[in-house]
Amino acid sequence: MSGSAENIGDGSTATHNRVDPEHFAFTADSEAEIVKILAKYPAGREASAVLPLLYIVQEQMRHDTGSAWVPRIAMDFVAHRLEMPPIRVYEVATFYLMFNTSPVGRYHLQICTTTPCWLRGSDAVVAACRRVTGIKGWHETSADGLFTMSEVECLGACVNAPILQVDNDYYEDMDASSTSRLLEALKRGEAPPQPGSMIGRLTSAPEGGPMTLTAAER
Amino acid sequence: MLQDCDRIFTNLYGQHDWRLAGARSRGDWDKTAEILLRGRDAIIDEMKASGLRGRGGAGFPTGMKWSFMPKVSDGRPAYLVVNADESEPGTCKDRDIMRHDPHKLIEGCLIASFAMGSHAAYIYIRGEYYNEHINLQAAIDEAYAAGLIGRNACGSGWDLDVYLHRGAGAYICGEETALLESLEGKKGMPRLKPPFPAAVGLYGCPTTVNNVETIAAAPEILRRGSAWFSALGRPKNAGTKIFCISGHVNKPCNVEEELGIPLRELIEQYAGGVRGGWNNLLAVIPGGSSVPLLPKSICDTVLMDFDSLRDVKSGLGTAGVIVMDKSTDVVRAIARLAQFYKHESCGQCTPCREGTGWMMRVMYRLVEGRAESAEIDMLEQVTRQVEGHTICALGDAAAWPIQGLIRHFRPVIEERIAAYRAGPRVATPVNLPLAAE
Repeated sequence: MSGSAENIGDGSTATHNRVDPEHFAFTADSEAEIVKILAKYPAGREASAVLPLLYIVQEQMRHDTGSAWVPRIAMDFVAHRLEMPPIRVYEVATFYLMFNTSPVGRYHLQICTTTPCWLRGSDAVVAACRRVTGIKGWHETSADGLFTMSEVECLGACVNAPILQVDNDYYEDMDASSTSRLLEALKRGEAPPQPGSMIGRLTSAPEGGPMTLTAAER
Repeated sequence: MLQDCDRIFTNLYGQHDWRLAGARSRGDWDKTAEILLRGRDAIIDEMKASGLRGRGGAGFPTGMKWSFMPKVSDGRPAYLVVNADESEPGTCKDRDIMRHDPHKLIEGCLIASFAMGSHAAYIYIRGEYYNEHINLQAAIDEAYAAGLIGRNACGSGWDLDVYLHRGAGAYICGEETALLESLEGKKGMPRLKPPFPAAVGLYGCPTTVNNVETIAAAPEILRRGSAWFSALGRPKNAGTKIFCISGHVNKPCNVEEELGIPLRELIEQYAGGVRGGWNNLLAVIPGGSSVPLLPKSICDTVLMDFDSLRDVKSGLGTAGVIVMDKSTDVVRAIARLAQFYKHESCGQCTPCREGTGWMMRVMYRLVEGRAESAEIDMLEQVTRQVEGHTICALGDAAAWPIQGLIRHFRPVIEERIAAYRAGPRVATPVNLPLAAE
């Protein structure tokens, strides 16, 4: 749902049908990562690794299929691996927003529309995303399979609002034209620009340069 | 005004090298073992004397919190858990610490863990901070390699492991017991207190949960002394704080300043002033989305510290300052926050699960004016029925922004209702959320 006039879907854009893979297994790279993760938690507390393992699933799916999501069969696999009842993994995978329980496009556009971003023009970012991708509503995927568009809550980068998160990266200080440029570049298959401020400012410093911490490094 | 020499976070903007060599050149990890050699009690006493209050929102005295941990272990391990699940709308300070000054946080973990008898610290970072977690993990790895943490950390004889754990997109996990649940691999649903985490926390063991900024400030306070820190700020509101100034200002930014700085000075000195000038100010949410907003008349004079803001029925919270100029539809700004809390309610307690959705739906009707005047009072009453009737403070946090709106902007809501009644009906830009969702 949304109160910001952005949740109208007319079905003209393709939505991936959820097709669970028949098999799932961790790759050797994922297995190596899992060993490191399990070492973080005390013996008998393996369930603590459920979020990290679900991330590994999602990244492996991104790598193998081009769509970062967590199929049910992989949840079962994680449950088995951590000796948890499968329902506990399902609960977790559906409670936390960052796990996609159905396929997403190659690029997952996550637009913050919470008040600090809204005050700085997130509506224009949303409109630009729709225009370039042809996506009408939230959680839909573009016809070319490139983009899925999600509304997200505060991303914690409010002094650089509005924020557009593409996969793992924050694009900051966005407006309609920088949003269009970014998405058009992705469409053309170009490497995305460096994340961070799109108006060239230094991280969270005020535009024009820091007013504090101006002395040489002490 | 605070001088650069009194700033703790000297690489706030990432102008300098955030890695170990850069951190050391800025004074981090300087004689850390000597601090530990002072002993647990001396460290906690110094923290108490500094007057540092928790920087995560509640403002609880840090030294006192540390003193709640058992002095003698009953066989269970003790844990330090760092709350890096920064998700309060308007707040982005811990992000800068973790990506630009990660060694301050890691050194703070060592000192705090030692002071609380813990050999393991978990840093729970919000999942969206992917790039920040890369920096922080790199810094942890550097600290291990340099012998600063791990076995015999800094040559102090104390062993400490620091583990980074990513959340996955749930505001509620910023609540300390929900965070512990999440860290244990469960849904982030808050626990009833008591027992408090200091008695029964992570894995049923004594645990203290502290905010990133709190822990990262500790080494500098201990190095420079409590007298230095407590001389900054105002009585009972000691020290410096990172303020995040967002919204309708000319130059949104983060800045570290003394507690007690006038709000107007903060905005005009550092954030380039309100868009269109101070007289174009409508309202400010001074401490992250959970605290009630303040109209311009209060903003003219209010000081930015815990007690001053409490006196005007708001709060310092996380010091996320959200500025709204006169072009703002303030009803809609608060309705969007109501939507936020509805989305983030974990669903465990009925008043919050049902109340946040109810409040959101009424708020969006008020945006249009499609309501009766009497519903304003009914909404106010419902906020009172949510507030204080839930396990955790999310219910309170959902109620307070609406209470603030009604307290200070009731005429705006009433005008909206009157205008709707008068018609003519214009196509409304507001898309009403469905009752079921």
